[in-house]
Amino acid sequence: MERKDLLDIESLAVEEIHEILNTAAPFKEIFTRSVKRVPSLRGKTVVNVFFEPSTRTRTSFELAAKRLSADVVNISTDRSSLVKGESLVDTFDTLLAMKADLFVMRHSSAGAPHFIAERIPVPVLNAGDGAHSHPTQALLDAFTIREHHGRLEGLEVAIIGDITFSRVARSNIWALTKLGAKVRVSGPATLLPKGLERMGVTICRTVEEAIEGADVVYMLRIQKERQGSHLFPTIREYYQLFGLNAERLKLAKPDAIVMHPGPINRGVEISDDIADGPQSRIHDQVTNGVAVRMAVLFLLATQQKKPSLDEALAATE
Amino acid sequence: MTRSLVEKEAVQTGVEKVAEQLLSTVSDPSRLALIGIHTHGVPLAKRLKGLIDSKVGQDLPLGTLDITLYRDDYDLRGLKPRIQSSDIRFSIDGLELILVDDVLYTGRTIRAAIEALGDYGRPSAIRLAVLADRGHRELPIQPDAVGFTFETKKDDVIKLRMSELDKEDAIILHEGGL
Repeated sequence: MERKDLLDIESLAVEEIHEILNTAAPFKEIFTRSVKRVPSLRGKTVVNVFFEPSTRTRTSFELAAKRLSADVVNISTDRSSLVKGESLVDTFDTLLAMKADLFVMRHSSAGAPHFIAERIPVPVLNAGDGAHSHPTQALLDAFTIREHHGRLEGLEVAIIGDITFSRVARSNIWALTKLGAKVRVSGPATLLPKGLERMGVTICRTVEEAIEGADVVYMLRIQKERQGSHLFPTIREYYQLFGLNAERLKLAKPDAIVMHPGPINRGVEISDDIADGPQSRIHDQVTNGVAVRMAVLFLLATQQKKPSLDEALAATE
Repeated sequence: MTRSLVEKEAVQTGVEKVAEQLLSTVSDPSRLALIGIHTHGVPLAKRLKGLIDSKVGQDLPLGTLDITLYRDDYDLRGLKPRIQSSDIRFSIDGLELILVDDVLYTGRTIRAAIEALGDYGRPSAIRLAVLADRGHRELPIQPDAVGFTFETKKDDVIKLRMSELDKEDAIILHEGGL
């Protein structure tokens, strides 16, 4: 993989996605050892800069970096100098002056990581920007599907819920269609964006239609704060119309798996028995998330070739 | 220039020599296990296991190790060989491990492998078996069993070919590099 940053799925070549997934498998093996750590990124400093609250993704990135022996610093918005009025670029320039080697960045504005990546010389890894992209989530989901089904090509994947505001859905649609899976979506009409068909997605009128014959049923998290807006019915109505329960899951293929990016709202988008049931891969997704993030950190951090002494001297002349 | 240093049956003769040396150095064959380093250390370890198993009448544990993540030269090499999964499905605590690699050169691969094994547990001892020693060590590492020793120049490349992975058994010298 020859790229400075990982900002979205759309700019990744299919071969790059395969390289990341193939690299993640040996990292997962590390979790079975008595020492769950390799020295690959010893002496490198990874800075998690989160301008939006996150526990799961930040923890996953932090563990991934630590299992590669990197030093990790976490900066979250409520404690940052942004509160003091420092500009976004100045914040990164300051961290860069402290010799950070790689940034993991989450921001509520779409495109913020792209903006920063263009302006600083070290790798930037997008951990979620607005409703735009969450590339490592899509990669860990693809890894999890491949782990179960052995492939992605030709699989039928149903994604259900709020597509419009979901960077998880957007990134997954990009990744899955690139890898040859067929994606169908279902959700409240108000939460299905226009132009989805152009991404190669089939829009189903009912959740049953989407789930029928699917190899993967991917439930999206419903943002409870959207309740009460004109876009969203009540929680009770949502569960009745779109929630995944045992009866609906029977429509999928017998070996279908159930996925969810977490944290789950039990009794809103998914029933308890399905979330905890034998077809659920929700915990595998979390485990695989650490392995996939290790792979991405490793691939981005190790390809930056250090200039030789001669090159360094030439550059200063 | 490229030429064969060892061909066909002579390779297997070297493997047998390594197995004999190992058997004469280990104290307790019942506490032995073999670890092959990817790529060519793996089929070599399998062959050694076959020879040693029949001599001691046991089914010795065999694991594989990929040391890519323990290298100290990503920055220098710009990488990247494909990482393969290590596979050690037994506890190495208290075992006498035989680390198996094809060609011993600078010793850096072996240093990385020793470090990696430390993350799996605490073996009672680690021995080193290689099919070929070509010199030019950069670390204080020496083999306990060796099939062939070659005088080489630093920029030569020595490759082991094994029928399990390649078409034939051979040790090939590429003078002045590939």
